[in-house]
Amino acid sequence: MLRPFLFYPVYNRYFSNKIINDKMIRKTVTNVTEALAGVQDGMTFMLGGFGLCGIPENAISELVRLGVKDITCISNNAGVDDFGLGLLLHQHQIKKMVSSYVGENDEFERQMLSGELEVELTPQGTLAEKCRAAQAGFPAFYTPAGYGTEVAEGKEVREFNGKMHILEEAFKADFSFVKAWKGDAAGNLIFKGTARNFNPCMCGGATITVAEVEELVPEGELDPNEIHIPGIFVQRIFQGKDYEKRIEQRTVRQK
Amino acid sequence: MLDKNGIAKRIAQEVEDGYYVNLGIGIPTLVANYVRDDISVEFQSENGILGMGPFPIEGEEDADLINAGKQTITALPGASFFDSATSFAMIRGKHVDLTILGAMEVSENGDIANWKIPGKMVKGMGGAMDLVASAENIIVAMMHTNRAGKSKLLKRCSLPLTGVGCVKKIVTNLAVLEVTEDGFLLLERAPGVTVDEIKAATDGRLIIKGEVLEMSV
Repeated sequence: MLRPFLFYPVYNRYFSNKIINDKMIRKTVTNVTEALAGVQDGMTFMLGGFGLCGIPENAISELVRLGVKDITCISNNAGVDDFGLGLLLHQHQIKKMVSSYVGENDEFERQMLSGELEVELTPQGTLAEKCRAAQAGFPAFYTPAGYGTEVAEGKEVREFNGKMHILEEAFKADFSFVKAWKGDAAGNLIFKGTARNFNPCMCGGATITVAEVEELVPEGELDPNEIHIPGIFVQRIFQGKDYEKRIEQRTVRQK
Repeated sequence: MLDKNGIAKRIAQEVEDGYYVNLGIGIPTLVANYVRDDISVEFQSENGILGMGPFPIEGEEDADLINAGKQTITALPGASFFDSATSFAMIRGKHVDLTILGAMEVSENGDIANWKIPGKMVKGMGGAMDLVASAENIIVAMMHTNRAGKSKLLKRCSLPLTGVGCVKKIVTNLAVLEVTEDGFLLLERAPGVTVDEIKAATDGRLIIKGEVLEMSV
């Protein structure tokens, strides 16, 4: 541990080993079942990921197992027919999706067009910012995205610098489920490649943020300079397992 | 007449040295293949990478490294990864120099529709609404007519809009057009295509000034 001479007395008083250990116990949970304790029917969840990249696979499997119903999912996409959030759609557990792209998910499109599923299509940048606003304590923000379109219907409009903007409100959610590459017992997270996407924006945006990681390490093993999300935004962290990491569009070139 | 690669090739001529460029799904993705070698350009993909490289060599695909079309990609030297809010800060904050995207319809005043056919198809807008609302330099890459043979360059869009008055330039299989206050200004013809053929395929107001040259691709 780093013990700067100047702050040594303060350090001694507030950062005794006991407190550090308590903190560890508070964040780390042993498995996905413990991590999702408190999840109920009718709740609103934020789920990280773009397509199938960086999705919280373990949390989704557990939601399927728990069979919670009438849930609202805030997620850029809804997986594919047989993976990711597609699994929850298939079981009709989702009442409402808040997403930017339906894309190639046939079951999503079918349920939406038939009216079985409520869908709030939201521009991707607005979706990200509504997460970040929840994380950062902003109740709302103005954006030019969607002005003059269906997205703007019923929303406050205001002109800034000669350009029209619409008012978008921060999300309110019960749980955020995110997936990181590495994490430590303090809840600090590091993401990998484009699996980062919405995951950092969703941390701290819900009452409880649950992070699943490919590699959970003890406190002190991650370089503080490299951390993408400080542990303060995370309430529960666990070592994920059996990651499938499916690729939606495998594109390659010849040597 | 141009094929999809031809459209991409012509658009690549619009890419300048030092540009940060966002490429949409479909024809726009192909533009990267035709950008001159002697200029330095960085491609942004809104799911969270700047400095996107070509597809990986077989066996080197990484599930954690994809573009906005969910295709496996590579990262070039100097690339960076970031979260979705930061990605759209680049877009909304006008740090991206050129946006190239596809469309179902464009109107003569620069409105664009590309995310929904009511009752039939809903793909979602993805990042398109954010891109068209903020970008100052937007080029649309599309076929001049749809599969039913109907013009996609209209007086007014019939489909739900993605953005209003935002498209500046359109490159189709038939022509290069600029959106002006008076309508679609015909800038160039595709090889072997006549002005009359372009007139016939354009529903919105088409402006022809003097001789319209054939494009070089």
